[in-house]
Amino acid sequence: MSNCAPVIPIAPAATAGPAIRWDELVREDHVHGSLYTDPAIYQAELQKIWYSTWIYVGHESEVPNANDYVMKSIGPEPILMTRDKAGQINLLHNRCPHRGNRVCMTEKGNARSFTCPYHGWTFGNDGALRGYPFPSGYEGADRSQLGLGKVARVSSHRGFVFGSFAQEGESLLEHLGAAAGAIDALCRNSPEGEVEVTAGYLKHKVKANWKFLVENETDGYHPSFVHASIFEVAQSGIGTLYDSDSTAVSRDFGKGHTENDLRPEFRKRGVPLSWFGTTADKLPAYVAQMEAAYGQDKAREIMIDGTPHIMIFPNLFIAEIQLFVLQPLSVDHTVQHVTAIQFKGAPDINRRLRQQTMGSVGPAGFLLADDAAMYERTQLGVQASNPEWLYLGRGRHRERLDENGYRIGDATDETPSRGIWRHYKSLMEAA
Amino acid sequence: MSVLIDQRALLDEVTQFIYREARFQDDHAYDEWESLWTDDGVYWIPANGEGGDPEKEMSIIYDNRSRIALRIRQFHTGKRFSQTPQSRLRRIVSNVELLQHEGDELVVTSNAMVFESAVRGDTVWASRNEYTLRREGDALRMVRKKVVLVNNETALYSMAFLI
Repeated sequence: MSNCAPVIPIAPAATAGPAIRWDELVREDHVHGSLYTDPAIYQAELQKIWYSTWIYVGHESEVPNANDYVMKSIGPEPILMTRDKAGQINLLHNRCPHRGNRVCMTEKGNARSFTCPYHGWTFGNDGALRGYPFPSGYEGADRSQLGLGKVARVSSHRGFVFGSFAQEGESLLEHLGAAAGAIDALCRNSPEGEVEVTAGYLKHKVKANWKFLVENETDGYHPSFVHASIFEVAQSGIGTLYDSDSTAVSRDFGKGHTENDLRPEFRKRGVPLSWFGTTADKLPAYVAQMEAAYGQDKAREIMIDGTPHIMIFPNLFIAEIQLFVLQPLSVDHTVQHVTAIQFKGAPDINRRLRQQTMGSVGPAGFLLADDAAMYERTQLGVQASNPEWLYLGRGRHRERLDENGYRIGDATDETPSRGIWRHYKSLMEAA
Repeated sequence: MSVLIDQRALLDEVTQFIYREARFQDDHAYDEWESLWTDDGVYWIPANGEGGDPEKEMSIIYDNRSRIALRIRQFHTGKRFSQTPQSRLRRIVSNVELLQHEGDELVVTSNAMVFESAVRGDTVWASRNEYTLRREGDALRMVRKKVVLVNNETALYSMAFLI
């Protein structure tokens, strides 16, 4: 109970205005600049996307023990993720139902209950009201209606916990679709079949609209330019994955989920752990564990394919070895919470996963500081009025369907961006 | 009396060293700044308070000597866009204190406030800086520098310049 939580502004209520014509703003290969700058559009997105659909919140390994809790968010709203004494995960709004005070002010800890400091109301870590001081003043009150707000639906896949404010709607697995398989593929890289989130987060703020980040995560066109500086001085092996003659593909899974599938390049190399820029002899303990867990052939296959590079709409980006959680704060401010993915039971590779992540991401990262510079300059750029549109046409002429019926493009094509916007439009147009 | 004078002279030397480092950082004198490091130098900017164990938890920067060199080489490409154009910087360093002096090594603390003007806008950064300095020949060099940003528990803008 030591650290103060960052203050996250609560979004103002949406204001009524003329109906937005989404089909005019979002076209097949153009989107309008106001989508990134208009506060009314941002308010509409909070209602139609952030407070309606499944949003990634946190990982079960962040609250490993009964009564653990950690401060998370759904869009700009602070959310407490707790594990109650029965082991159940709860997602609670951090707002006292009495006077609206923020109840928990610490980042993480272990607590059976939370007491609001204002008038001493106490809540269990499942959100239920435990009691209030001087109860004779509340004669006849229905205590069951005076607990902490609960996120309407909570569901998890392989330890990845999602929440939705909508009482009804598609299941998490329906929402994830093929993205669930990518999470499974990630977990296979652990000899125990599980990943953990235990290394703490960097919180990197950018003065840019959240959608610039979503689109950039699976934009295979930018690395050769934005990251030229680090490719030039480090032997990373990433650069060639995004060359114009790369055999990697970009893919639109539908539902806004998109990926850069780098496996064709890794399979061409045919070298285990090449995806991670290393070789089997550098991580003998990990390789031995993988072979023991999956058998030699399957382990080799997993270690050649590596981990996915997938943006799960709207806020979970699995970037091979990093987990990014995107959090919009306002129309032109976004925070990326980023950490190293850890493979359960594999300390030797985990150390390298942390080291490589720390070098790459966060406010001073070799990669992400430059991505952030682009987000911020794009935000500045789209405020210029001519041309009004952004062009998403790259690779449209060569877009095709893969064997599963998903749209794919070449490594550097804008198939993912077009997929994100197609889904965005369908969400925003929905009643 | 002479012990006090020696201490005063040492504190002056250390303070001048820290001012020089600050000037190299403000002026983006990358190579001059890199030359202040020993071969086993560690540059650490923790996230989330004091940062716990940097071998276990994420830090904003946790560079060993070869990664410090990589950072400098990246600047020199001219394509490190978060520093192209470079942030315009001026910093004030103060409250220099000598905490420990054993053999060739000194532990020093100071406070710093940095004003940054960049494409994004103006940002003020404040930190407590802890140094371990080692005397190598005639010169002091940095063995360890830990920069504890006052607001490192909140979400931070990019800070790709040297701090």
